[in-house]
Amino acid sequence: MWRPGDAWLGGGTALFGEPRPHVSRLLDLPSAGWPSLTVRDDGVEVAATCTIAELAARLKRHRIVGQCCHSFLASFKIWNVATVGGNLCAALPAGPMISLGSALDGVCTLIGPAGDERRVPVAEFVTGDGRTVLRDGELLRSVLLPAASLRSRTSYRRGSLHQHGRSAALLIGRAEPGGGLTLTVTAATRRPWVFRFGAPPSAGDVEAAVATIPPDAYTDDIHGRPAWRMHLTRLFAEQIRTEIGA
Amino acid sequence: MSVEINGTSHERAPRPGQCLRTYLREEGCFGVKKGCDAGDCGACTVHVDGEPVHSCVYPAFRAQGRRVTTVEGLARGDELHPVQRAFLDAQGFQCGFCTAGLIMTTAALTEEQHDDLPRALKGNLCRCTGYRAIADAVAGVDNLATPGPGCAVGAALGAPAGPQVVTGTARYTFDLDVPGVLHLKVLRSPHAHARIVAVDTSAAFQVDGVEAILTHKDAPDRLFSTAQHENVAEDPADTRVLDEVVRFVGQRVAAVVATSEAAAEEACRRLRVEYEILPAVLDPALALAGGAPLVHGDKLDRNVIGELHASMGDVAGGFAAADEVYEATFRTARVQHAALETHGAVGWLDDDGRLVIRSSTQTPFLTRRAVASLYDLPLDRVRVIAGRVGGGFGGKQEMLVEDLVALAVMRTGRPVKWEYTRSEQFYGSTTRHPFTVTMKAGATRDGTLTALTLDVLVDAGAYGNHSASVMFHGCHESVAVYRCANMRTDAHAVYTNTVPAGAFRGYGLGQVTFAVESVLDEVARRIGMDPVTFRELNVVRDGDDLTAPGDHVEDLGIASYGLDQCLARLRAAAALPDDAPDGWLVGEGMAIAMIAAGPPGGHFADATVRRLPGGRFELSVGTAEFGNGSTTVHAQIAADELGVTPDKIVIRQSDTDVVKHDTGAFASTGVVVAGKAVLRAARALRTEGGEVAHGHFDGTPRSVAFNAQWFRVAVDPDTGELRILRSVHSADAGTVMNPLQLRGQIEGGVAQALGATLAEHVDLDETGAVTTTTFRQYHLPTFADTPRTEVHFAATVDSIGPLGAKSMSESPYNPVAPALANALRDAIGVRMTEIPFTTDRIWLAMQ
Repeated sequence: MWRPGDAWLGGGTALFGEPRPHVSRLLDLPSAGWPSLTVRDDGVEVAATCTIAELAARLKRHRIVGQCCHSFLASFKIWNVATVGGNLCAALPAGPMISLGSALDGVCTLIGPAGDERRVPVAEFVTGDGRTVLRDGELLRSVLLPAASLRSRTSYRRGSLHQHGRSAALLIGRAEPGGGLTLTVTAATRRPWVFRFGAPPSAGDVEAAVATIPPDAYTDDIHGRPAWRMHLTRLFAEQIRTEIGA
Repeated sequence: MSVEINGTSHERAPRPGQCLRTYLREEGCFGVKKGCDAGDCGACTVHVDGEPVHSCVYPAFRAQGRRVTTVEGLARGDELHPVQRAFLDAQGFQCGFCTAGLIMTTAALTEEQHDDLPRALKGNLCRCTGYRAIADAVAGVDNLATPGPGCAVGAALGAPAGPQVVTGTARYTFDLDVPGVLHLKVLRSPHAHARIVAVDTSAAFQVDGVEAILTHKDAPDRLFSTAQHENVAEDPADTRVLDEVVRFVGQRVAAVVATSEAAAEEACRRLRVEYEILPAVLDPALALAGGAPLVHGDKLDRNVIGELHASMGDVAGGFAAADEVYEATFRTARVQHAALETHGAVGWLDDDGRLVIRSSTQTPFLTRRAVASLYDLPLDRVRVIAGRVGGGFGGKQEMLVEDLVALAVMRTGRPVKWEYTRSEQFYGSTTRHPFTVTMKAGATRDGTLTALTLDVLVDAGAYGNHSASVMFHGCHESVAVYRCANMRTDAHAVYTNTVPAGAFRGYGLGQVTFAVESVLDEVARRIGMDPVTFRELNVVRDGDDLTAPGDHVEDLGIASYGLDQCLARLRAAAALPDDAPDGWLVGEGMAIAMIAAGPPGGHFADATVRRLPGGRFELSVGTAEFGNGSTTVHAQIAADELGVTPDKIVIRQSDTDVVKHDTGAFASTGVVVAGKAVLRAARALRTEGGEVAHGHFDGTPRSVAFNAQWFRVAVDPDTGELRILRSVHSADAGTVMNPLQLRGQIEGGVAQALGATLAEHVDLDETGAVTTTTFRQYHLPTFADTPRTEVHFAATVDSIGPLGAKSMSESPYNPVAPALANALRDAIGVRMTEIPFTTDRIWLAMQ
C-alpha cells in the first residue's frame, strides 16, 4: 500500500512545519492506537507516537528524561503534539530524543512495508543531519529504553547560543554499574557519538576519546560555529567525567 | 465528524493536509493569527480539549470530535477571561498580533510554569514589547490610569483598540471575509542575476483553479521605487512590477492567480522559465570596484546609488593635534524586521468600480499615489486602507505587494489576496541595510575631540529603495551630536545582487552609531577618561547648531535639550553594584544617540475633528496604527483640547477616504507630525466652533530627541555566554504624552536592538540565496533573552512638537549595539567590531 508521495504522520509538528509539496498522502500513525508507554521487565517501550508531554509526565522520576524534554527548542505546547518517534525520524543534530535514546542505549524497532521487523540502536538509527537508516516505506514503531539504563546515574550538559535556544552541544554521561562511564555526544555532531569506558576514565582518557571525533563530524550551521561546539564538547565531557566520578 | 469550535459544532470537514490554523480562520476565527506557520511563534495558539497547541502545525482532521477553544471563545459573554483582563490592564501588547496566542498560552499555564516564564513562554514571540509588558500582564499588574476631562495628556491611557486586541476581534489586514477572493502566489528567481528568456505557462494553466498568470509582458513598462516617501524623487526609479531581468535570488518572476493558495502554488511549480544567467556581484566592496558586474546596467554605468564626500575644518590638523587616535572597521548584519504580521494585501473593485486595496502598510496615502501612478489611474479611483497593522518597524514603508495585487484585480475583475509566507519575508521583502563603517577619531588628553572621519559602505541589495536616504541619515545625527570642528565623511550606497535592504527602525543611524560610539569609547579609554565625562565634554549643547559633513539642514535644530540629563542618569546607574556569577568577567559600557524628530524634505498630515451626538467627537487621521501607539496619543491630545475624556473620541484612521493626505507612519512622526495636525484640528474646533474643523502640519521645523543606554554585562570565560546584569536607558522625548506607551516603545526598541546585537543575522549562501528563512534559523529575542530595561525620562519641553513632545520610536534602538559592545570590551578586553555578538563569536574573540 506504500506508494511514492506517502509520508508517515506522527504528531505533525515537523511534517506540517514546512511546505512539503512532494507529499501527496499522509498515513496517520496515532490512529493505530499504540499504547504510549509499556513497562516491561527489561525496560520501558516507548511508542513512536508517544507525545513528548506524555513521556515527560510519565517518566518524570528519571531526571534525564525531563532534562532532555526541556532541551527542545520547541515549547511545552509543541510537547502536547510532537512525538518521540517524530523527533528521532527528523534526525536533526539537536533532536533531544536522539540524545536521550542514545545515552540510555535505547533500541529502535522498525517495521518495513511488508511487516518485517528489525532492531537498531538509537545511536545508529541517526546517520547524519536529517538522515536515518529508515528505508522507503519503513516506519519507526517504538524505542525500548533498557531498565538498567533508566536506573543509572546520569550527568547532563547542554550549550546553546541562547538560554532556551536550540542545542549546540548536548552531552550525557551515564554511570555504568561496574564503575565505568558511557558518554554520549549529540547536537555538536551530525550524528550521535557514544564512548564507553569500562573503568572510571581519567581526564586524558576522555579527552583522547572525544578527540577521535573528526572536525568535519561537527555540526556547522546557524546554531553555532564548529570550533565552539568542539570546545564545548571537550569542556562538558570533562565536567561530566568529574561529576560521574564524584 | 464535526469540530466543536467555541461551543459550536462545525460540520465542514477539513481538506486533506490542512492545518488547524487555516481551518479555524476559514470558519471565521480571525483571532487565530499566522505568524510563522512553522510552530515557532505561537501567534496561532488555541486549546484542543483544553490543551494549548500551535494550530499551524496541528493536523486539522485530528480536531474532529474534539473541542477547540480560540481567543474568541475565552470570555464568558461580555465578561473577559481573567487573562484577557490582565493583558488589558497591563497593556501587555503593542501591535497586538501575538496577543491572542499569548493569552491562550497564559490561560493554560500551570503554577509551576508561572514560576518559570522564560521557559514557559519560549514558544511565544513578541516583536514589539520587549516582554516587560507581557510579564506585567501575566503577573496581574494594572498599569492603566483613567484620566478625567482635560488630564489625558501625560496619563497612562490604554490603547483605544485594547478591548478588541485582547478578545481577538481587532481586525488586521486579512481578518475579513472577502467572498470569491482569488489567491496570488509568485514564482521567485533562483538566480542572483538573470534575463528571463521565456516563460512557458502551458503546464501551469493545466492546474485546476488557475485564473491568470502574469509575467513581465503583462506588467506596465514603467519604473518606480518600492520605497515610499513624500518626495517621490528621493528614491531611484529602478523597479518594475515584473521585470525581464531579475537581480536577486527571490525576486518575483511571475505571478499565478487561482481559486486557492494550493492551486496557485502548484501552478508556480509548473511554470517553466528559461533564464540567461548574467554575472552577479554579491559583495558591496566588489560592487564598488571597477569592472564589477552592473546590477542595473540597462540604466546606470556603475553600481553607486548615492554618495557623500564632505568635510569640515582641518581633519589632518585635528589628528595631528590629538594625543590618541583610534581607528577600526565595523560591520553590521542583514536584519529582518520580523513584524509578526507578514506583508500582504487584498484588493477588489467596489460597487463603483473603484480599486480598493486593504494592505499591511505604514503608508496608505503614498501607496495609493504609487498604485495610481503605475496604472494611470486618477487618485480618486484608488482607495487604500490599512486595518490594524501587525507590526511595521519600517518594513511596511514600502510597496511590496500592492502593485501586483492591483494588476491582478484589474486583470481578473475579481478580489485578489496575496499574503506573504514567513519565509517570503526573509527572501522576498527587505532587510536592514548592512553597513561597513571605518571610523577614526582623535582626542587630546584633556578630553577634546579633535577630529573624526567616517568611511561608510552601504549594501543596498538589488534595488535602491531607501538606500541613499539611509546612508545620508546614518551619517548625519550620529556625528552631528558632537561638537567637533574637524570632520570628514566619505560614504557610498551600492547595488549588489542580493535581497534589497529598505527602511528599518533608526534608518541608518544605528549602524553608524555602532561605529562612532565604539570608537569614542576606545578613545576615552586611551586618554584615561571615563566615557560619560568624555561625552559631556564633547556633545552639542542647547543653542548649538547641528552640523555634520554634507549639506546643512536648515530646518533642524535643538528645540529642547535633555542630553545632559540622560548622561547624568548613566553616571548614576554605573555607581550601583550588581552581582555576577563567580569567575565571570564583568564590564560596563554606554553609548548615546540623537535623532531628528521627523524626516527632511516634508512630511505632511491632515486631521479632521467632527462633533458627534452625545458629547462625542470623531477624529479622522491618516496615520496607521501598528503598535506605535500614536492613535492613543491622538485621542489624548484631542480629548484634552476638547475638554472631554478620551473615550469620547471616536477615531477613524489609515484610510485614504477619511482625510486629504497623510505622508505616513514612519520616521517617528506619529506624535510630532500627525499629532500636531490633530492638535490643530481640535484647537480649531474649540476656538472657532462649528461642527467640523481641520488641522494640518507640514513637518517642519524639526527638533531632535536624545537617547542614552548603559549596560553591565558578565561573560563566562569558559563558554562565551553573555548575561546582561543591568540595562538602563535614559531618553529625552520632551513632554511625555503617555508614560506607559513611551516606556513600552523604549523597551521594545532596546529589545529589538538587542536582537540585532546578540543574535539576528540573515545569511546568504554563495549563490546569494537567503539561508535563514524561518524563526528557528533566525533567532528573535524571546522572553528569556530579554532583560528588563530601567527606563528614565528627561524633563524637557520642546518648543516645536505638539504640547512639547518629541519623537521616541526609532531612536531607543540606536545606542544599544555600541553600549553593549563597550560593555563587552570592558569585560573581555577585546574590541568586537561585527554584530551580532553571538556566544560562539564572543568565545572565539577571547581565544
